Amino acid sequence: MIMRTGIKAEAARLKALFEAAGARPVEAPVLLPAEALLDLYGEDIRARAYTTSDTLRGEQMLRPDFTVPVVQMHMADGAEPARYTYAGEVFRRQEDDAERANEYVQVGYEVFERDNPAAADAEVFALIQSVLNGLPLRAATGDIGLLTAAVSGLNTTERRKAALMRHIWRPRRFRALMDRFSGRAEMPPTRAALLANADPMAAAAPVIGLRGLDEIEARIAALREDAAAPPISEGEVVLMDALLSVRETVPYALEQLRDLAVDMPAIAPAVERLKARAGAMAARGVDVERLDFEASYGRTQMEYYDGFVFGFHAETRPDLPPVATGGRYDALTRMLGRGGEIPAVGGVVRPGLMQMLREGRE
Amino acid sequence: MSVKLGVPSKGRLMDKTFDWFGARGITLARTGSDREYAGAVEGIDGIELVLLSAGEIPRELAAGRIHLGVTGTDLVREKLGGWERQVEELAPLGFGQADLVIAVPAFWVDVDTLDDLDAAAAAFRAKHGFRMRIATKYHRLVREFLRDQGVADYQLVDSQGATEGTVKNETAEAIADITSSGDTLRANHLKILADGLVLKSQATLFRSRMAPCDKTDRKVMARLLERLQVN
Repeated sequence: MIMRTGIKAEAARLKALFEAAGARPVEAPVLLPAEALLDLYGEDIRARAYTTSDTLRGEQMLRPDFTVPVVQMHMADGAEPARYTYAGEVFRRQEDDAERANEYVQVGYEVFERDNPAAADAEVFALIQSVLNGLPLRAATGDIGLLTAAVSGLNTTERRKAALMRHIWRPRRFRALMDRFSGRAEMPPTRAALLANADPMAAAAPVIGLRGLDEIEARIAALREDAAAPPISEGEVVLMDALLSVRETVPYALEQLRDLAVDMPAIAPAVERLKARAGAMAARGVDVERLDFEASYGRTQMEYYDGFVFGFHAETRPDLPPVATGGRYDALTRMLGRGGEIPAVGGVVRPGLMQMLREGRE
Repeated sequence: MSVKLGVPSKGRLMDKTFDWFGARGITLARTGSDREYAGAVEGIDGIELVLLSAGEIPRELAAGRIHLGVTGTDLVREKLGGWERQVEELAPLGFGQADLVIAVPAFWVDVDTLDDLDAAAAAFRAKHGFRMRIATKYHRLVREFLRDQGVADYQLVDSQGATEGTVKNETAEAIADITSSGDTLRANHLKILADGLVLKSQATLFRSRMAPCDKTDRKVMARLLERLQVN
């Protein structure tokens, strides 16, 4: 049994290391307004966070992570550049797996800086890796920016690109959209019938509810436009599949990505950023030669990350959640910044899991 | 100690449950006045009848306060996390059939699948400034279903009754509710999405994995299940 006081002491030690690296310690409230989290994550957050309420402040959530309150605090009155650290409990609702903790300590390090994103990415990764030194962990890295660049470079309509972009973090729906836009999947018969009908509203049922006739007509017009647009070419689908399945050590991944960029010029800047990051990581002593890179990493778990992503996983305990995770979340500062925005990257470690792994080895 | 059997305390569900046990030679009956929730079991010894609201039976099974219970599969899956670890499905009883479905206004001619619903939700949010509302009382089942299907930009709003009326009243744009024939949906100008079936439910006999059982209880239980021919 790992004692709470032991985890607290470990958290304090980690926080002191992050302070020594230049971060200012900050606190965050335990209760957060539910609205901001729901707007950001959608309804799924209700499955992950505990919701409570009162008649004055309405719905609130026990903080599921520190990122949102720290970004809000920085956007409200932060100086630039800024580095923050924090330590405290986060709360995660568990509905299926009783073995998973619903309350645990996180210690985090966040960097808000406009210049040199490669250096900031490398700084966060190298710092987190250094505090985990000695534990049997495997690091995995990825880059959501490659995927968004690939989508925006597709030779197809803006509407299709927006639909794909919206589902980057939902691989199953992304795949279904790619299949439909490329003609691999047939159009559902009801849609074909709708498009063949010159006046689809003629026999429609009574109009009820807030979604009006104008919205339905606008969507039918969009569907007609889409049906008239040529499919995404087979070649582009193959390239996208090849990109999504890149899984190599960083140097080999870079080689593959450079090859792909010959046919997908839109990803070239993102590949250059990856190369610059690898250089900055090597300069900080990270063994980039043996570091894993997976193009699809972070697509299912890390919804607000939009660039570099990483995680440290216990090699001998695949049942455990990652001991540390992090990444770049430039878009989050835009969404929460009320007009302002600043590039940001950060990571969190779980001292409770670190202790568990240490004791497991003794 | 005795083996406790929880059954719905009123209505068709109770009558049909009594009939199902009766057809297998075990008579369940309410005793005392019409208003008193007390029951008796005839035809087998050692069983105690507990009359409960169907909605409370999952919780009582999970808490181990009853050994057996009759309730809908929808309620067990909605209310119990990791339900298979807490209860065991012994037998579907062949009545109380109901489907949990996603339904939208019938005049939404552009929405027939979840794929359409997702696209309509994105456009709705852009236009109205809030996420499309789906009224339901089955929050967990519907959320898990929509997450697995990759639908975004919606919100669930709670509706504990008359859910079919929420669209007309403009408190929701779509609903997720139980239906058996679809008549109420049609009467309220709603249609079921082609791939909008969340769950097929029916009245089912469940065994609690949590209820304490001594030697006598286990014997009684084995005898009962043999009589019911569900083992």
